[in-house]
Amino acid sequence: MGGLLPAAVLIADALSGQLGANPIQRATLQTGLLTLALLVLSLACTPLRLLTGWTWPARIRKALGLLAFAYGVLHFLIYLLDHSFDLTLMTEDVLKRPFITAGFTALLLLVPLALTSTPRAVKRLGFQRWTRLHQLAYVAVSLGALHYYWGVKKDHTQPLIYAAVIAALFAVRLLRRSPARRAASARTR
Amino acid sequence: MSDHPTPPDHADPDSGERRILTPGTPNPRREFLRSAALFTATAGALGGGLELLTRRPGGPGSAEAQVAAFTRPARPLGPYDTSEAVTPYAQATSYNNFYEFGLDKSDPARMAASLKTRPWTVRIDGEVRKPMTVDIDTLQGWFPLEDRVYRMRCVEGWSMVMPWLGFPLAALIRRMEPTSKAKYVQFTALLDPKQFPGQRQPVLKWPYVEGLRLDEALHPLAFMAVGLDGRVLPGQNGAPLRLAVPWKYGFKSIKSVVRITLTEKQPQTTWALAAPQEYGFYANVNPAVPHPRWSQATERRIGELGRRKTLPFNGYAEQVAGLYKGMDLRRFF
Repeated sequence: MGGLLPAAVLIADALSGQLGANPIQRATLQTGLLTLALLVLSLACTPLRLLTGWTWPARIRKALGLLAFAYGVLHFLIYLLDHSFDLTLMTEDVLKRPFITAGFTALLLLVPLALTSTPRAVKRLGFQRWTRLHQLAYVAVSLGALHYYWGVKKDHTQPLIYAAVIAALFAVRLLRRSPARRAASARTR
Repeated sequence: MSDHPTPPDHADPDSGERRILTPGTPNPRREFLRSAALFTATAGALGGGLELLTRRPGGPGSAEAQVAAFTRPARPLGPYDTSEAVTPYAQATSYNNFYEFGLDKSDPARMAASLKTRPWTVRIDGEVRKPMTVDIDTLQGWFPLEDRVYRMRCVEGWSMVMPWLGFPLAALIRRMEPTSKAKYVQFTALLDPKQFPGQRQPVLKWPYVEGLRLDEALHPLAFMAVGLDGRVLPGQNGAPLRLAVPWKYGFKSIKSVVRITLTEKQPQTTWALAAPQEYGFYANVNPAVPHPRWSQATERRIGELGRRKTLPFNGYAEQVAGLYKGMDLRRFF
């Protein structure tokens, strides 16, 4: 619920003309950044729990992921609005411009994750398969960062910060996993 | 709403209720209040954090943005003027790309006070018979100032209508008396990180350099602006002297010029150096040649919600297409 605050502010800004001279461009940028930031936050939950022993990150992970998806959809809708909902133009953009292809693919990858976010879906898929499916989030966040990187005209500092954080989060996971694997293979020997 | 990012005092129980609770025993009411406080805190932190992260300070000068659309007083339109509605002054002076001041479009307006436009000299050199360094006031006194209402199309896909005040570039070049070797005109902007905080970052190769072929520079549309909307040019719009070549993408129209050099060779221009596959030397507005990351077929006129079709040479094809006869404009973009 708290995560909807930026959307409320965005709408208030739009209505009061605070989005500046090019409100659609600004709204696109803001929703895009929110999507990426929330995705990164959702991926930070597990490492944070592992490193600190806190349990609350795990509890808000799903909410963060769903919020990220919601802002991603909003970002996409604003993009469509910007192109007067012309689906031919959109298709052309998706097919021709790697920058758009990356962003669109990232959003598509999030769809099955959002659809299987309920406890029932976990049960139906089985925990193992559900977990593997939700590893798509790693691909989606990487594509999202690439989309941001390509979208910036110059100064890539911010996209690179996101990329670095994502890389660090991946590294924590890999480092955590390899001792476990070593232990596992030692046991089978 | 309870998710306002203020201290969650309203989630605190009032003192009357608190007295009823016995410490130590699990109490559903206390649990509820505890989670309500937690909820409010996380919501506030998350919402506030994200808000800080994604919201750029500034925006249009909010007071100025309220000013009603400014229109130029009636005067006969010249042969090169557009009759399209002029972009409101508040927007034309608050939504600018001027990386010397910063990367965000609101940075130039915010930082422009750091630019000192007097005294200001312009160096004129290279393949000219009369190289000289001239004071800006002397320079602009050489020519009668004219109004020019020009369309301006940014390579990013937005456009404005700018009421410039200035003089034709051709008049200045003729006065410099080019030698027979002169083929190009190179413009250099001020290099001074003290006045241009954006130059402290190596985002682009400073100083900003732009250039035109001599015949382009001599075209009557090519214009040197010293004013906007009948007033002195604001810093964020390139004071005290800037180029306006309305048939090219906006980045060609270099701001805060300190040097004009006539050259034999094509100058190495800033954006063409920074991203040669995206921004060429010619940078003519061309709806048929997309930018690698977006189509150039349409544009948003600032102040409008929808998009309009982009015209070849930004609507100035009749005047300038002849300059590019026989050139492959897909190659020379």
